[in-house]
Amino acid sequence: MVGDRNEPLNQIKQRRDSALKALVSGVPYMNWLGINFDRRGDELTAVMPYDEKLIGNPRLPALHGGVTAAFLEVTAIIELSWTAMWEDMESGRIAPDADVPDSLPRLPKTIDFTVDYLRSGLPRDAYARAKVVRSGRRYASVQVEAWQDNRSRLIAQATGHFLMPQGG
Amino acid sequence: MPEDRSDLSPEDRVRIAQQFIEAIPHARALGMRVDHLGAGSAQISMPWSEHLVGDPRTGVIHGGVVSALMDTCCGAAVMSHPTEPRSTATIDLRIDYMRSAAPGQRITAKAECYHVTRSVAFLRAVALDEDGENPVAAATGAFTVER
Repeated sequence: MVGDRNEPLNQIKQRRDSALKALVSGVPYMNWLGINFDRRGDELTAVMPYDEKLIGNPRLPALHGGVTAAFLEVTAIIELSWTAMWEDMESGRIAPDADVPDSLPRLPKTIDFTVDYLRSGLPRDAYARAKVVRSGRRYASVQVEAWQDNRSRLIAQATGHFLMPQGG
Repeated sequence: MPEDRSDLSPEDRVRIAQQFIEAIPHARALGMRVDHLGAGSAQISMPWSEHLVGDPRTGVIHGGVVSALMDTCCGAAVMSHPTEPRSTATIDLRIDYMRSAAPGQRITAKAECYHVTRSVAFLRAVALDEDGENPVAAATGAFTVER
């Protein structure tokens, strides 16, 4: 961790929150799914509030498997970008701003993504957290878990490989 | 799709499958259309749309949308199998993203069951844009078969 120890707390929070907002708000599909991120320090939790359009099985009802996959993939991509830009953000080398598209880091590209469906998703809010297992200059491997009411009762988990953006 | 009987005409099968898809809120929200339904295979397509974009710099659709389309198409392929499953759910799905889908173009998924046991169906699927020669993505998956 770099940065100024005496930087005012509200300034730190404002700087981090606006960088996260810039990262997330630039992706139309995430807004359409209603996904937002809760931040505690550098730890992110993705939140997908329940909506009727997310249903895949109207009889049970259950969330669409594709929605669950998309939620996990979005979480993995944001976590990976967030982790990659953290040092630059903390040291002040970059200051992502939603109103300045060029200030946003380029997003990693998914190479492959494998989802294990463990329980059917209930018509409720869902949460997800991702862990960057390995991030090299070119490739990264990320694990991600999603749950609803109980953190220990996962609805799905996934692992994916990503191509890191090259040359800014 | 319990009423999906193999003695129905191809047109009736597509019509029933389309009704099945339209009863799924998320498939309806993405504008999915059943193009073809075989015996253990399916083709479903959907239009490109601004709100499905994953990278605003390029207008390329988000990978998650392709996942949702392939997952639905695989599910339809399982339901179309001659052994007439009562229901199905995804056990796992692996997707390889080979290239970006061209912005503005319709996306089509084709899925087939390559093996079906009493309780599991094994599927392969591809996703294409309007260049039907070079797939955008490929998937393999295992689905439950509820009898």
